[in-house]
Amino acid sequence: MSKADYDLIISGGRVIDPALGFGKEADVFVKDGKIAQVSTETDKTEKYAAKMPPECVIDASGSLVVPGLIDMHVHLREPGREDKETIITGCQAAAAGGFTTVCCMPNTDPVIDNQETVKFVLSRAEEADANVFVIGAVTKMSKGEELAEIGDLVKAGAVAISDDGHFVQNPDIMRRALEYARMFGIPVISHAEDKYLSAGAIMNESFQSTRLGLKGSPSVAEVIAVVRDIKLAEFTGSRVHIAHVSTAGAVKAIRDAKAEGIHVTAEATPHHFTLTDEEIGKEFNTNLRVNPPLRTKRDVEEVIRGLVDGTIDCIASDHAPHAEEEKDVEFDQAPPGLIGLETTLGLVKTQLIDKGYLNWADAIRKMTYNPARILKLPGGTLEIGSTADITVIDPEKRWTVSETKFRSKSKNSPFIGWKLKGKVDCTILAGRVVYQNK
Amino acid sequence: MTKPQEEILLDDRKITRAIARIAHEILERNSGAESLVLIGILTRGAYLAKRIAAQIKEIEGADVPVGLLDINLYRDDVHSKLDQPIIQRTEILFDVVDRNLILVDDVLFTGRTIRAALDAIVDFGRPRSIQLAVLIDRGHRELPIRPDYVGKNIPTSRDDRVLVRLSEKDDREVVVAVKGGLKKAEKKSGKKADGESSKKGGTTK
Amino acid sequence: MILRSRHLLGLEDITAGEISLILDTAESFREILDRPIKKVPTLRGITVLNLFYEPSTRTRISFELAEKRLSADTISFSTSVSSVKKGESLKDTVRNIEAMKIDMVVVRHSSPGVPYFLTNCVESNIINAGDGAHEHPTQALLDMFTIRRKYGKLDGLRVVLVGDVKHSRVVRSNIWGLKTMGASVAVCGPSTLLPYEVERFGVDVYTDLDEAIDGADVVNIMRIQLERQQAGLFPSQREYTNLFGMTKERLKRLKRNYTIMHPGPMNRGVEITPEVADSKSSVILDQVTNGQAIRMAVLYLLSGKKEKEKEEDDE
Repeated sequence: MSKADYDLIISGGRVIDPALGFGKEADVFVKDGKIAQVSTETDKTEKYAAKMPPECVIDASGSLVVPGLIDMHVHLREPGREDKETIITGCQAAAAGGFTTVCCMPNTDPVIDNQETVKFVLSRAEEADANVFVIGAVTKMSKGEELAEIGDLVKAGAVAISDDGHFVQNPDIMRRALEYARMFGIPVISHAEDKYLSAGAIMNESFQSTRLGLKGSPSVAEVIAVVRDIKLAEFTGSRVHIAHVSTAGAVKAIRDAKAEGIHVTAEATPHHFTLTDEEIGKEFNTNLRVNPPLRTKRDVEEVIRGLVDGTIDCIASDHAPHAEEEKDVEFDQAPPGLIGLETTLGLVKTQLIDKGYLNWADAIRKMTYNPARILKLPGGTLEIGSTADITVIDPEKRWTVSETKFRSKSKNSPFIGWKLKGKVDCTILAGRVVYQNK
Repeated sequence: MTKPQEEILLDDRKITRAIARIAHEILERNSGAESLVLIGILTRGAYLAKRIAAQIKEIEGADVPVGLLDINLYRDDVHSKLDQPIIQRTEILFDVVDRNLILVDDVLFTGRTIRAALDAIVDFGRPRSIQLAVLIDRGHRELPIRPDYVGKNIPTSRDDRVLVRLSEKDDREVVVAVKGGLKKAEKKSGKKADGESSKKGGTTK
Repeated sequence: MILRSRHLLGLEDITAGEISLILDTAESFREILDRPIKKVPTLRGITVLNLFYEPSTRTRISFELAEKRLSADTISFSTSVSSVKKGESLKDTVRNIEAMKIDMVVVRHSSPGVPYFLTNCVESNIINAGDGAHEHPTQALLDMFTIRRKYGKLDGLRVVLVGDVKHSRVVRSNIWGLKTMGASVAVCGPSTLLPYEVERFGVDVYTDLDEAIDGADVVNIMRIQLERQQAGLFPSQREYTNLFGMTKERLKRLKRNYTIMHPGPMNRGVEITPEVADSKSSVILDQVTNGQAIRMAVLYLLSGKKEKEKEEDDE
């Protein structure tokens, strides 16, 4: 049996690799799970392809071939709430959404505030359809009181720390966390929300909360928290990453801080650049209950502006699965959160690229190179020799978000029924096809 | 679509005469106006009751109290309809106890409206007697009810509509029959009409 | 004129024609309350569930009486324990009760949107008897009914809603309804109890009661709850009364034929002095009586209204 030169060839696609500044038609060759070659001499590809079984040659003509996407903010619910999602199902959802790498938040049960839980998650992830990186807790039980054993967490593999879901309300604790994390070169990811200002809030404080009689969280609760953490990052010289930026004020604070050279990075979610709080009153759809809450039209515009001018570095889904019975309740009783892994790419294309805010290279950078750089992750590039995590995207494919098609265990998406453009053709993890759109 | 054929049953002169005769008969049977109260079923029965009262005043010089009754709340078909009929204000500002109460309606048909009216009246007290005066009796009773005073008996087909038009509310004063008119109206509203013109909210307004 | 919806969830989406229909119908029902036998057989065979997830005395009694006066069969389910704590979801509770063949549900709940939520859970006609700080449509309808009975109209009147605007469903429903009917509406309360961008309702906003009521026809005073002071929304009851309490002296600023209203229950001596509450311009007890007529009218107009598809089948 004559051995083929390559294991997999992705031919005819437009290759976009923001890390290398590459963007033209090329064929990608994979060997032993690594990128072996990216060739623009596409006429020569045929002779290699001829020697290979047909299933190992992916025709990507008309499609985009990009580094496997990275979602730096997901909730996989395992351990603790495997009824909502498991590491396996979450990674299946990731693969279906074009993500080859996800970073999971530590608000599991138990909280990922110790080495054992990190190891547990990583061991579960070994057989998953995506790379999983762990974000450890800042404080024990994410209670905001005592620092977790951050050194241990890092040693076990944690790539950042966050008490996501909770703001580290005590500024002294946050200062220590930033200082301590600096020793390991990891950022602290801040869920920026002043708890006193947002106490009891169900949605954004705006005319919509006034109209509906629901308790609102004011945008200033986020702005104050962002500003505080920026100032602490400046003072300590440490790196802070602001999760799910949702307000105009936070965008401005981050933009200003970056201009001053402070080490701050930020992410935004598809729902925060797509939806406003006006949606809530239509049907009291509990899948619109999310934290940070959906904000006003002006906030959405400013989040988009932040994405456009580079203030916001990353697009992350904040994939937060919840069981149907938990969401099929009174609006204010529903847990906040929505699933996003499988709709992110479609929303990026439909809401940002088609509306002229971002081009594909910018968008892909925010879902590959930038999160990889912030968290010092391998991947995020198609550079020769790197792991062959590759996403093939049909940029013009029209599809309708359907509850029955989700690979996630949960269905809590406010986008069900939405018509989107741009869908994953094929997701490749270390040279293995983990998802193919039928 | 061609307009359905109307047949005139009573013209304005005949209506006036019928009301005058009913007033005389009421007085004769009740030995004067003293014990009388009139209750007209809204809408057109109410106008007729007022006209009868005016006649009585002319004949006897006596003022007979007139009440207005909306029977919709007592109907037996309220839940078989899609939208509820509009309720008009019932106005019975006098005591009915021990009076000879004359119930007035325009058309007597199945008798269901009168059944509802009888139920309503007993909620206001116990009259000495309840008598029924109608302008038109068109037959086809579904309940054991008969009128005491009738302007005119008119044999009709069950599917015909009988429309009473009075100058207080309408632009003419006439009673007409529309051949097969009810079939269509019934089908459309999904209800059974009794006397035609006294029904609120339905298709007859 | 008919009601477009088979539910009454709020007044935000109700037209002037629909409000007029309800008020006109209530006018007819109001007469029944003066009869020797205050009962008509209209809703015989209809079963109404009063589902009260929040303590309520007068609204529940008013609905129950309205139902009984229309000869409906009624059952009442009151609890202050939230469904989540109870372990059975609201959806399951309601579906279980509906399985016992309920036709209409009157619901009071602390969560905004619950009446809407129930329309997706069950087939019954849903009537909102107050959902959190969102809406309380029958209260606003009875307020408007009471005003219209006195002035013969709503159009062109100046109505001031005073007190805890932020947490009041009565205020919100009144704003929607009164504005739809052409009244001019103002709200007044401490700025901590005025919700964000309240002016976007299209109302005039005041923090000075004397200014607010200047030249007004109607002042509708909301109950101030002691918990709000504990939550730090105003410093003390004493200061609240000084700034926002309705006193006899203040009445001079109103138009001559003014009206004082309060949806109850009243804190005498706090938001309203006894003199004002018991004055001849106070229609507070009329509101209570009229509430029954309004609720009878709403029950009557919604009863038997089915889903759209079924209507088409009937055609």
